[in-house]
Amino acid sequence: MTGTPPLIELAGIGKTYGSGTVALGGVDASVREGGFVSLVGPSGCGKSTLLRIVAGLIAPDRGQISWPASGTRPSDIGFVFQDATLMPWARVAENVYLPLKLKGIPKDEAMPRVRDALARVGLADFASAFPRELSGGMKMRVSIARALVTEPPVLLMDEPFAALDEFTREKLDDDLVDLWTSQKFTTIFVTHSIYESIYLSERVLVMGARPGRILADIAIEAPYPRGRAFRESTPYVETCARVSAALREGVSR
Amino acid sequence: MNREPSSRSMRLLVPLIVGLVFLGFWELLVRASDIPPFVLPAPSVIAESLAQNFGSLMTSLWATLRVTLAAFLLAVVGGIGLAILFSQNRLLETALFPYAVALQVTPVVAIAPLIIIWVGYDRVEIAVLILAWIVAFFPILSNTTLGLRSADHNLRDLFRLYGASRWQVLSELQLPSALPYILAGMKISGGLALIGAVVAEFVAGSGAATGLAWRIVEAGNRLDIPRMFAALFLLSTLGICIFFALTLLEQRLLRNWHESAIRREI
Repeated sequence: MTGTPPLIELAGIGKTYGSGTVALGGVDASVREGGFVSLVGPSGCGKSTLLRIVAGLIAPDRGQISWPASGTRPSDIGFVFQDATLMPWARVAENVYLPLKLKGIPKDEAMPRVRDALARVGLADFASAFPRELSGGMKMRVSIARALVTEPPVLLMDEPFAALDEFTREKLDDDLVDLWTSQKFTTIFVTHSIYESIYLSERVLVMGARPGRILADIAIEAPYPRGRAFRESTPYVETCARVSAALREGVSR
Repeated sequence: MNREPSSRSMRLLVPLIVGLVFLGFWELLVRASDIPPFVLPAPSVIAESLAQNFGSLMTSLWATLRVTLAAFLLAVVGGIGLAILFSQNRLLETALFPYAVALQVTPVVAIAPLIIIWVGYDRVEIAVLILAWIVAFFPILSNTTLGLRSADHNLRDLFRLYGASRWQVLSELQLPSALPYILAGMKISGGLALIGAVVAEFVAGSGAATGLAWRIVEAGNRLDIPRMFAALFLLSTLGICIFFALTLLEQRLLRNWHESAIRREI
């Protein structure tokens, strides 16, 4: 990580909401270009707020966010919400086309990219389906295809798989890692699952609440693809224990 | 085992049978108890009166239908248009919405004489149109205003993230989100436009109005109760047709995505 400047640099980021709730009390962190970082922490620790600040959806009250590697915030940032957040009136292809449409790219030009994005998440045959015809996991795949259709350098995910069953979740975790290793977009993944954060990422930032802050920065050294063997390995179990100890420490403090 | 009238033909057939049984009972009651036709005419007598006065009643039906439809369309255009303006400018909404409410809560019967005097008895159809419009306008305005605001917040954020213009947010997100609300408002408004037209005709009074409502007043004055019922029957039929037409439109537009229009397969 030495030598090349990080893509995202957060310095003393603070955010207090109108109600007086201190969502973030001075967060320092950096993310390397092409990295995969998870933010894990209890509800109310400000992980979603931090993600929205990185996306530029909300402005911090204090501190600075900078983009040393690119100079400015990339114009394309993929964002995946906890709900699939699809437009129910539009077919799957129309939903995935949305980011390109909003950028003024004509439909016939965009459709090959839309089809490609759908193929990458395994939904090539569902382009003309309506969202309500899909399962929760499939909807989430559409949401990921929509986020990736612009081939963004940064993908931000806000507890994307939290509402899915364990089996679907593990499948999507693996597929996400595959997409990330092939496309190398920088990923920040918010979750409250310790297991998921360790399985997916190169680094886990453990966050604590009131005020939201970073308690620990834990590197996960295991090579990709990780698979079932990693989930059962000793380093995995040990890291889980470390992360959960860090979380507990944050609560008792 | 399925005791709910689920199939389409059943949903038409069951109310139809109830109606026929009711009419039969009515006919029998009137004949058996010798009720005079100026108190309660038998359905057969009403049908006869409808046939006899068919030409003049149809002319009146057309007059009422024309005003109702015109008022309804103007209400749709005006209601949606104003709601869009409100959604673009909160100050405008804050300034004008209370007056839209005031217009709505003031009984139309009370405003009618004023409007008719302003517009003039020689152009009473325009007065009736304005009054029907006043009644029909509000549900569309308030429903569309609510609908435009109800767009999913995460989707709004997504539109912002991709740098969508105001127009794109409106056309691609807010209006489609508002569609179910707009259609529900239209269903209420369609009925209200007819009620507004009828009330306005009543108030406009003798000679000036030519619609079905006036036929009812006229028949009442002459104690021609069968004709009164015939006109009433046509008014109800018109109201039912408007309601069904709008329900059909709603089904067509929402059937692929909105919970209200999706047929459940259980």
